[in-house]
Amino acid sequence: MKAINRRQAFALGGGFVMLTLMPMAADAEVTGDAAKWIETFTGGKLPVKGKISLDLPEIAENGNTVPLSVNIESPMTADSYVKEVMILADGNPNAGVATLMFTPLSGKAEASIRIRLATTQNVVAVAKMSDGSLFTEQKTVKVTIGGCGG
Amino acid sequence: MAEKPRLKLPKEAAKGEIIQIKTLVSHVMESGQRKDAQGKPIPRKIINKFTCEFNGKPVFSCALEPAISANPYIQFDARIDEAGTFKFAWTDDDGSVITAEEKIALKA
Repeated sequence: MKAINRRQAFALGGGFVMLTLMPMAADAEVTGDAAKWIETFTGGKLPVKGKISLDLPEIAENGNTVPLSVNIESPMTADSYVKEVMILADGNPNAGVATLMFTPLSGKAEASIRIRLATTQNVVAVAKMSDGSLFTEQKTVKVTIGGCGG
Repeated sequence: MAEKPRLKLPKEAAKGEIIQIKTLVSHVMESGQRKDAQGKPIPRKIINKFTCEFNGKPVFSCALEPAISANPYIQFDARIDEAGTFKFAWTDDDGSVITAEEKIALKA
């Protein structure tokens, strides 16, 4: 077997880079405080990914006011609607951001608020439907200037 | 005390129409994380609850944490089945409540 040439060496190196980057590309686990908040909210049940669209800027220059929109797919009728949506920021000193409570009268399970983010972190939304099913979605926001200034 | 909350919603809507409501209230939303010049923590003072009712029925409400920006802006939707009055209420940490009302009519 002959020694690997330059081209192959590059290909191999590239492969390694891909491998090491892979776990970071996958969804990061929700950590610490936020995990506790989720557990209290869901009662220990595991939320499924989907149904929620979470709209946040990828890069927030000012962490003091970051626009957040959340929209959950639901017919919003008396039999089937979104009851509650909890928004969490896992890198803030206090992970809780807001809990939005909808009713069939809301018509749409959609809301916008402006939030504070201390550092670059994951923002998580967990939705509880009227039938008890749970959904989740998360997004990473890069923050240039933190919003918890001391 | 704080100035009047700002509300934006249509004056009239067709029956069954879903309208968008925008609200903004002036408030410092002091997070309790900041320190003053002497290094003493500034006590938390935020609006911790917002509710919206239509003709006495709940439409939308939310529990807020210190991670909400100053002058909280909240936008949500409501389905209009009849003419009536929206009642909005913002509850402060100190127990005071800022309220506002807005009427909506059905399109003829």
